Amino acid sequence: MAGKAILKGISLTIGPGEVHAVMGPNGSGKSTLAAVLAGREGYDITAGEVRYLGQDLLDLDPEERARAGLFLAFQYPVEIPGVNSTYFLKSALNEQRKHRGLAELDAMEFLKLVKEKIKLLDLNEDLLKRAVNVGFSGGEKKRNEIFQMAVLDPTLAVLDETDSGLDIDALRVVSEGVNKLRGPGKAQLVITHYQRLLNHIVPDYVHVLMEGRIVRSGGKELALELEDRGYDWISRELQLAA
Amino acid sequence: MDTRPFARLPGDRLVFLDGHFVPGLSRVGTGPEGCVVASLGAAFQTHAGLLEKHLTRYARGSANPFTALNDAYFTDGALIHVPAGQVIEHPVQLVFVASGEEEGRAQHVRNLILAGAGSQFTVVEHYLGRGNATTVTNAVTELVAAEQVVMDHLKFQDETRAAYHFAAVHAELGRASQVNLHSFALGSRLSRHNIHTALNGEGLECVLNGLYLTDGDQLADHYMVVEHAQPHTASHEYFNGILEGRSRGVFHGRILVRPGAQKTDAKQTNKNLLLSDDATVNTKPQLEIYADDVKCTHGATVGQLPPEQIFYLRSRGLPLDTAQRMLIHAFAGEIIDRVRCAPLREELDRLLWDRLEQDAQIQVGPHASSSCRTN
Repeated sequence: MAGKAILKGISLTIGPGEVHAVMGPNGSGKSTLAAVLAGREGYDITAGEVRYLGQDLLDLDPEERARAGLFLAFQYPVEIPGVNSTYFLKSALNEQRKHRGLAELDAMEFLKLVKEKIKLLDLNEDLLKRAVNVGFSGGEKKRNEIFQMAVLDPTLAVLDETDSGLDIDALRVVSEGVNKLRGPGKAQLVITHYQRLLNHIVPDYVHVLMEGRIVRSGGKELALELEDRGYDWISRELQLAA
Repeated sequence: MDTRPFARLPGDRLVFLDGHFVPGLSRVGTGPEGCVVASLGAAFQTHAGLLEKHLTRYARGSANPFTALNDAYFTDGALIHVPAGQVIEHPVQLVFVASGEEEGRAQHVRNLILAGAGSQFTVVEHYLGRGNATTVTNAVTELVAAEQVVMDHLKFQDETRAAYHFAAVHAELGRASQVNLHSFALGSRLSRHNIHTALNGEGLECVLNGLYLTDGDQLADHYMVVEHAQPHTASHEYFNGILEGRSRGVFHGRILVRPGAQKTDAKQTNKNLLLSDDATVNTKPQLEIYADDVKCTHGATVGQLPPEQIFYLRSRGLPLDTAQRMLIHAFAGEIIDRVRCAPLREELDRLLWDRLEQDAQIQVGPHASSSCRTN
C-alpha cells in the first residue's frame, strides 16, 4: 500500500458531548481515519492536523492519546493469548489514572467498577478471567470493546464499525451500552458502513466519506437518505457538479 | 536451600550434591503408603528387584554416547515407584546441585520413575549450580507409565553460566495414559535435552511442553523423538523460545509413526521470540511416517512481538515497554499454563516473571494463569 493516498480531505469538528457518524462505502477510508486518530503505525501523515483538546494529536504516541482520553473501539479486536483480561484492563486504567494525577484503583475498587460496568453490556463476567479476546465470539469481542470503553471512560470514543459482525440482538445490546456512555463532555465518533447502527445510536451529525473525502455533512436524516438511496446517488451528484 | 525455587512446596524431596545423595536436606515419606521415593543407593537395598528389572532397560546407551557414559558412571539418582491407583498430591522433587567447587567436576545421575496403572503424580527435576567453576551434568531419566497414568514430569534446568548440561528423558507410555513432559531451560552455558517418548498403547495422549529462555552466549538445545508405536495415539509438542543477546536455541522434533500406528494425531509447534539482532534459532521438524491414516502437523515461527498486539495494548494507555513485557510474559505463560499442578504452576510463573524482570528491570504485574485441571 506504500505511496497510496487514502485520506485526502477531512474537515471535521466534534464538540464536547456530540455524537458524529461517519458513513461511507467500502474502501472510502473509514478505518484509516480511525487508525490515524488512534496512532496506528504504517500511515504517513503528509498534510493536515488533528487538534484534540488544544493538543496536536498526531504528535502523541498511542498511549499518550489514550491517557488524554481518546479511545478506539477496534473493528477487529486483537486476541492477546496469555494476557489476562482483568489484569490488562486494570493496568490500562491505572496507567491512565496515574497520568491524570488520580489515585490508582486497588483490586477491590477495580472489581466494583467492573461489576457495575459489565452489566451495561450484558457480558459474562467469566470472560474477564480469560486472555484478552481469546475464545470470545465475534459479538463478545465487540461487547468487550464497549465494556473497556465504559471502564476507561474516554472523552472521545472512536467506534470503528462496531456493528460489523453483530446480529440484531447483539447490536441492540452494544448500542444501548454506547448510549449509556453518552453524556456532557463525552463525544463519540461512530464509523459505520450501514445505517442500521444509527437507528440505535442516534447521531447529532452525519458525514459521508467517499474516496478519502468528506463529501457531505448533515443531520441524522442524511443517514436515512443514504439507507434509502445508497451511496451511488451522492457519487452521481458529485460527478455532475464536477 | 530455603530460598531455592520450589523449596516452599510440601511433599517428598531428594537432594543430591554433585551426584551424591544428601539425606539431611531430603524429606521422604510424606506420600501415601506403598509409594517409594528413594535414592538409588538406598533402593538397591530395598527394591533390588525393581531396579534389576527396569534400570538402564529403556534409555539406550547404544543410541546416545552421553547415555552410555551415564550407564558407566552414574553415582546415584532417584527411584520413584507409585503403585497402581495411587495418587500423590504434592510434586515429588528431585534436586540436583552442582557445587561448582572444583573445575571440571562432572555429575552423572540416573533416575527411574515407575508409574503403576491409574496412578497420578507430578515429578520435578530441578538442576541448579553454585560457584563459577565449569561443571558438567549428565542426567538420564527413565520413565515407565502403565495404563491410565496421569502424570507431569517437569525438568527445570537453571545451572550456572559456566555449566554444561546434558540430559535425557526416555518415557515408555501405556494405554490411555496422559503424560506431560515439561522442560524449562534457563541456565547453563550449553544445554542439551533429549526426550524420547515411546507411545505404546492405544488412546494415550502425550504432551511435550518446553520453554527456553536464553541470553549472552547460551545455547539451549532440545532434541525430541516421539515414537507412535500403536494406533490411536496423540502427541503434542509445544516449545517456545525467548532469546536475547547472541544466544542460540535449537528445536529438533522428530515424529516417528511406526507401521500400523493408524489414527496417529501428532502436532508440533515451535515458536520463537528473538529479542536481539544476534540471537539465533535453528528449528527442525522431522516427520517419518510408515502408516497411511495419520494426522501430523508441524509449525514453526521465528519473529518479534506482534505489532498489532502491541498497538492494541498501547491504544489503551499502556506504555510501549510495559506492552512488550506483557507479551513476553504471555508467551512464556502459554507454556507455564500447561503444567497441571497448580502450586507448581504458580511457582513457575513467579520464577519466570522474576527472571524476565531481572533482564528488563521494568515493573509489571503477575501473569494471570488459567484454571487448572487437576489438584
